[in-house]
Amino acid sequence: MSPHIIPKRTYFLIFAALIGLTALTTYAATVDLGRLNTVIALLIAACKGSLVALFFMHLRWSGRLTQIVAVAALFWLAILLALTLSDYRTRRWTPAAEGWATSSNQFNR
Amino acid sequence: MSTTAVEATTGVNYLNAKYGIRSWLFTTDHKRIALLYLVSITFFFLIGGAAAVLMRLHLIEPQGALLEPATYNKMFSMHGIIMVFFFLIPSIPAVMGNFLVPMMVGARDLAFPRVNLLSWYIYILGGLFTLYAILAGGVDTGWTFYTPLSTTYANGQVMAAALGIFITGFSSILTGLNFVVTIHKMRAPGLTWFRLPLFIWAMYATSIIQILGTPVVAIAIVLVGLERLLHVGIFDPALGGDPILFQHLFWFYSHPAVYIMILPSMGVVSELITCFSKKRIFGYSFIAFSSVAIAVISFLVWGHHMFVSGQSVYAGLVFSALSFAVAIPSAIKVFNWTATLYKGSVSYQAPMLYALGFIGLFTMGGLTGLFLASLATDIHLHDTYFVIAHFHYIMVGGALMGYLGGLHFWWPKMTGRLYPDGWARFSALVIFIGFNLTFFPQFMLGYLGMPRRYAVYPPEFQVLNVMSSAGASILGVGYLIPLVYFIWSMRYGPVAGPNPWGAKGLEWETPSPPPTENFEELPIVEEEAYAYGVKEARVV
Repeated sequence: MSPHIIPKRTYFLIFAALIGLTALTTYAATVDLGRLNTVIALLIAACKGSLVALFFMHLRWSGRLTQIVAVAALFWLAILLALTLSDYRTRRWTPAAEGWATSSNQFNR
Repeated sequence: MSTTAVEATTGVNYLNAKYGIRSWLFTTDHKRIALLYLVSITFFFLIGGAAAVLMRLHLIEPQGALLEPATYNKMFSMHGIIMVFFFLIPSIPAVMGNFLVPMMVGARDLAFPRVNLLSWYIYILGGLFTLYAILAGGVDTGWTFYTPLSTTYANGQVMAAALGIFITGFSSILTGLNFVVTIHKMRAPGLTWFRLPLFIWAMYATSIIQILGTPVVAIAIVLVGLERLLHVGIFDPALGGDPILFQHLFWFYSHPAVYIMILPSMGVVSELITCFSKKRIFGYSFIAFSSVAIAVISFLVWGHHMFVSGQSVYAGLVFSALSFAVAIPSAIKVFNWTATLYKGSVSYQAPMLYALGFIGLFTMGGLTGLFLASLATDIHLHDTYFVIAHFHYIMVGGALMGYLGGLHFWWPKMTGRLYPDGWARFSALVIFIGFNLTFFPQFMLGYLGMPRRYAVYPPEFQVLNVMSSAGASILGVGYLIPLVYFIWSMRYGPVAGPNPWGAKGLEWETPSPPPTENFEELPIVEEEAYAYGVKEARVV
């Protein structure tokens, strides 16, 4: 497969977008949005990662096999998050035994 | 006339094509890189083995015969770190995989030869960091580096050792990447996926784990570093973190890492069983897909290491059920190997003895794993010697037996020389006996309640501990015998010829040792794998 040639302009545009998003991350960190701060920071980071993968790493113009590999990596990340959260989201389900409530509640947040 | 054609007619091969230390340190030949790895991992195996010897000597007496308790802690940590990260994980992939993947798929080298050499240098760099950590005082966290022992309460060279593992991980990722690309893109004409040797399927499944799992342990190590150096709260509850998160991240890699060790051995055993039964494999596609299934399921079971850690019991239920699922593809393999033997023309040369030993020991290791995957029994058995015995039956009885079987099988191809078969069979027997004497008593010790990682134990456990230590000394002798006759054979062994076992597979179509670029003309494959019993080879 011959390499796809991309105009320099695209690279500069993506670079500008990455810098802009970095500035946005920095700004968002200074505004108190409670729990949303983390969500927004992660969303911006995901956008930046996608831009790098799609344009700088040419995933947008790659063959199906390469694209499947990239999606597989995301799928594995989903496994990591889902099964780890299966622990964190269900820890509180177990009722604390009488007399242990104080000490166990400390870890059941 | 190509270089390889000239070499084929003049008897020049990859070993004698060039001489001098530079020709080895700057080589991009996959076969030479395999030998660089062979020497390196043997070095680390001897260091890790020396730590085991000291531990077993110490445990001859209930109060400890040899070491200070703190030194004992450092010994088992060093043994685990070196054997897991610097011997078992690179063992079959980096030595036999490097040597055989291009030859088995009919290619002249791996897809990225320079990256292949780079991976060896990265491995050595990581190894040097770890050796430094040992010499500068060692670590006592065990190979698992659990927080807060590796963070708040760390008292050794934790960061140097962890950095060594972080660096070496990249070597593993690059090797896996190289194999996946080579297997996808460089197969010889006619070599379809279902004509590939099962060793290649196993290496493919292993590579997937190496690529997808290793970055996560690297991230976990970086996070430990961030917490220690910058006090970012990730694992320390005082900073808002959770120590169990480390175990999640660690085992997301380190459980599949067990399959990085065992899957390649399964691939080797498929080759050995067919060759020494002179029979095509029973249920090719089932064995091939069970390798992939093991690789995928291996990522879904890590929480079974954490049943008593404070992990939610509901997550424990899910992980327990998923862990049982691994038994299915593993059993498929064992049944199919056994069925392959049925009505085969079985011969008991040294590699076959290792393969048969593998099947028995792996089955025991696998079945005792089910005890540990059950929530209730694990509460009793967790962190006892039962766990130690279980994973040594998998990692030593399984992975190491497969490695030695493969080394005996392909040694004539790698060096062009035969080793003394009588000694080889004797050593296989010594290893099998020594192994069982070492680790079977540990099942009993664990069941009786002896915890792992303790430098002292109650006097009633002494008999079983002495049996285990006696077994370890037999096992040690069993490992030294092959070291001696392999070195001997390189100079004095009889010339092997291209195919001393009458085996099928493209690697046996080349001279022994093979020429630098493997094949004079790239082969065209017209038959299935393991076409034993077909009168004339149809590989053109």
